[in-house]
Parts: sequence; structure tokens; C-alpha cells
Amino acid sequence: MSAAVSHDAEYRAARARVAAQLGRSRKRTDRIMQGLCMLATFMALWLLASILIMLFWAGFKAISPTVFTTITLPTGSNGGLLNAIVGSLVQVGIGTAIGTPVGLLVGTYLAEYARGSRFGDVVRFVSDILLSAPSILIGLFVYQLLVVPLRGFSGWAGGVALAIIVVPIVVRTTEDMLRLLRNTLREAVIALGAPKWKMITLVCWRAAASGIVTGILLAIARIAGETAPLLFTSLGNNGWNMDLTKPYPSLSVTIYAYAGSPYPDWVALAWAGALIITLGVLGLNIIARLLVRSR
Amino acid sequence: MDMNTITLATEMPARAAADVTARPARIAVRGLDFFYGDNRALKSINIDFPDRTVTGLIGPSGCGKSTLLRVLNRMYDLYPGQRATGEVLLDGVNIIAAGMDLNELRARVGMVFQKPTPFPMSIAENIAFGVRLHEKLSKTDMAERIEWSLTRAALWTEVKDRLDKPATGLSGGQQQRLCIARSIAVRPEVLLLDEPTSALDPISTLKIEELIDELKKDFTIAIVTHNMQQAARCADQVGFMYLGELVELGTAEQIFTAPRAQRTREYITGRFG
Repeated sequence: MSAAVSHDAEYRAARARVAAQLGRSRKRTDRIMQGLCMLATFMALWLLASILIMLFWAGFKAISPTVFTTITLPTGSNGGLLNAIVGSLVQVGIGTAIGTPVGLLVGTYLAEYARGSRFGDVVRFVSDILLSAPSILIGLFVYQLLVVPLRGFSGWAGGVALAIIVVPIVVRTTEDMLRLLRNTLREAVIALGAPKWKMITLVCWRAAASGIVTGILLAIARIAGETAPLLFTSLGNNGWNMDLTKPYPSLSVTIYAYAGSPYPDWVALAWAGALIITLGVLGLNIIARLLVRSR
Repeated sequence: MDMNTITLATEMPARAAADVTARPARIAVRGLDFFYGDNRALKSINIDFPDRTVTGLIGPSGCGKSTLLRVLNRMYDLYPGQRATGEVLLDGVNIIAAGMDLNELRARVGMVFQKPTPFPMSIAENIAFGVRLHEKLSKTDMAERIEWSLTRAALWTEVKDRLDKPATGLSGGQQQRLCIARSIAVRPEVLLLDEPTSALDPISTLKIEELIDELKKDFTIAIVTHNMQQAARCADQVGFMYLGELVELGTAEQIFTAPRAQRTREYITGRFG
């Protein structure tokens, strides 16, 4: 076959010229693409960094022990965020306490009982829609469900709204984590003569525990900063109120109210609150990542 | 698979001397058909699993040997669309009939799988898990049972100082022996082994084969294997399956030295499979 290929000097020189030209244009395209990607990356990072820098700068300037020891007060009276912080913790706690067991059981149903069933497909579809539903819609739903019939905003309503956000997240992660388990593990439990519910609760849940807990932590992180579902449900409260049947304070709603106010001390407190939420969520995300890695 | 499997049969004259396959059947399968949906995977199977002997099931992939094993503890019940007809008599009772207590059946017929399946708990808890399903034991009795089963599974000396450590930290071979220990801790009558060494290294395989020889003194064992040397080494009785049928059943010596059926001869000489 080498006989068919010309090897004279002129041919080789011509080939080299074409190759060089092609190489130049390819390298140019490569450099342009690389440049565009870098530019986009820097823009995204710059946006993120400026948000964080601004948050940390304004937040740390405003944060002080008073923020954690004093409740929200009228402007000019050196108030803090104590009631809002506690209120957020309580409502997030209620949301998690209601939403986690429901999500865990639904996710378990989908992974262990409803494989291939029509009803299971419907439940999964509805849950996935709920996962991406606008949270203000969930607020309105609970407003109609609890606030209107009971004639008043309440901490319970806020907790229930947050629970509705928690459920689909926990459903998704629980089902995914259980599906990752090898089927022979299930068969091995059954082969010992165990009923299915013992297989699920004593072996499957334990085998998938770190993944399921990660999902719960991410759900908590998600609802910690939610504002829209609380606006129509717990409303917010500037006093020290721990009665869950009354309008209930929360960090996110306080930030919403304070950040738009004309008073510099309130705006500063809003920054402090935003920083507290961000650090809390960051902490939860770090724990979740560590859990995933330790698997 | 090499071609020299037949020569291996000469290594087992002692076993041929006393024909254990003549013992009464612990499990008797009569006219068994099995269906995956509409697909008939087992066709009129008749086979006896004699008491306290090892029955090896060999045959090419998809021939139905694992399916047959999974009928014996009704593992197929987990999956809708799978069903068996005919009779599988365990001590005279048809276990594939409706109304059978499956948890009790599985306590009497244990199973070990191809890949080790340690539970996400400590070594001791792995053993105790199965026992607790069927018996209420005091702490000391449970400790005794754990030691007994691990000793029988030839694992005790290796793990006795770390019983409270996670079972997942054991090697593959140790995990498989733990799974055998977990099964025998329930004190079944029958032990089903579904390719128990195909995921293991040669040394672990050897240990498990020695273990099978030891365990058959107390348990009726059925083992599915792709490895014909293994069948020749471990089994007293061997069944060759092909396309859902039991083509030939005989003593290990007879199957590997003087197979009657053409298909069996072709398979054990490596002509196909």
C-alpha cells in the first residue's frame, strides 16, 4: 500500500502547510471556547462572591450579642432577633417533625411496596410536582386549609406549610437511597424467615440511613430560609410569643419586613438575620456532605 | 472450564463406597413446573434431596437450577408473576401449597447467596438477627448460639475478638462464612447454597468447600454451582439441568465418570455451557 502513497518532498511540504493551517484554526477555536467558558465561570463566581461578601460585610457589622438576647423592638430601641430566631427554630422543628415521618413512609412505600404499580407511579409523579411547586402556593394552600377555618394566623399553620415542603424532598431521597440497595440484601433478610416490615425497618433503613439523614438535613436547610409559605400562615410577630395558636415570629419574615423598612437599625438587623440563616444552612450542608462521604 | 473434569472423579472413591443418595428424601420434588409470567422455566421436575447429603445442581446459565433452588424456600413469592405448580414435599408437607407459613418455612430451609450479604450491623448482631426472628434466647444462650454457629462456619477464631465490629469490615470470604453462620444459627434442616463461592478467591472457596463437607453431617444441602470441579468435590448427588429440565440425576461419581445422557456428557466435557 505504501507504493500508492507519494512521498516526494513537494507533497510532504504541501501536507505540512495544510496541517499547520488547520492546526492554527483549530487552536484558535479551542482558545475562543475556553475563553467563553472561563468568562461565564468568572461571572457566576463574581456574582456569588459579591452576594457573600456583601452579606458577610453587612451581616458581621450588625451582629452582636444583643441580636441573640433581645427580641425585636421598635426602631431606635436597640432590639434584637431572639424571638424571630426561636420562632424559626420552632417552626422548622414542627415542619421537620411532621414532614420527615410522612416523607420517610411514602418514600419507603414507593421503593419497597409500589414497584411497578400504577398507583406508585402516580404518587411519585405528584410528589415530584410538589418538589418543584412554588412555595408561595403552599403558603396559600395552608392559608385556605388552616388559617381561614381557624380564623387566625398561627405557628402551627407555619409549621404545617414547612412540613409540606419537607415531604417531597424526604420522599425523593428515601426512595432513591432504598433503591440503591442490592436486592440480594432484601432476599437475604427474607431468607432468614423475616417478615417484610422487619426487613425494611431493621435492615433496609439502617443500610440507607446516612443517605436518608442527608435528605432530611437538606430538607431542613431548604425550609430554614423559606419566607413565602410563612407570610400567609404564621404571619410574623414582633413580640415574645410562644403560643403556637397565635401569629408566630420567624427570622425569614422578620428579614422580609426589616430589609424593606426605612430605618437603618432595622435594615442592619435584617442583614444579621440573613447571615445567621446562611451560616446555619451552610453548616447543615457541610454535615450532609460529610455524611455522604462517610458512606 | 477445562476439559479434565472427568479425571477428578477418581479422587472420590471413599464417597462412592457408601451410597448416601439412597437415604430417605428430606425434600421430594414431584412434577414441579415453574413460571415467570407465561414463560415456563421448570418443566416437570422430579428430584429427591436425600437427608444429610449434598446435592449439586449443574447446568449452563439459564437452565433453571437457581430457579429450582428458589422454589425450595419459596423465595419466588417476593415477586408477582412468578408461580410454581406441582408438589415440593418437605417432610411430607407440600410447601408450595397455599396457606404455608413462609417465615417458618424459611427458618427450616436456609439460603446463602452468590454475593455475601452482611447486614449493616455488628458481626454478633448479624447472627442474632436471624435467631431473634424465631426464638427468645437469654443473653448467655444467645452468646452460646453465636459462638456455636461461627465455630461451625469455621469463622470463630478469626472474629471472636471483634464480634461487636461492623460485619462489612470482613473480607469477602469471611463475609460469606458469616452468612453461612447466620443461616445455620437459625438451625434449619435444609441449607440452600446459590453459587456460594463464585464471588470468592480460591482460598476462601476451599474453606467453604471444606465447610460444606462438615455441615452435611447435620444439614441437607443443595448447592447450585457453575464450577464442575466444585460439584465433583462437594456433592454426593449431582443433577444436570438443561433448558428447564432435569436431564440426569445420579451420584457424583456416576455423573462425572459415566453420564448416561448425551447432553450431560457434552456439558461435563466442556462441549457447551
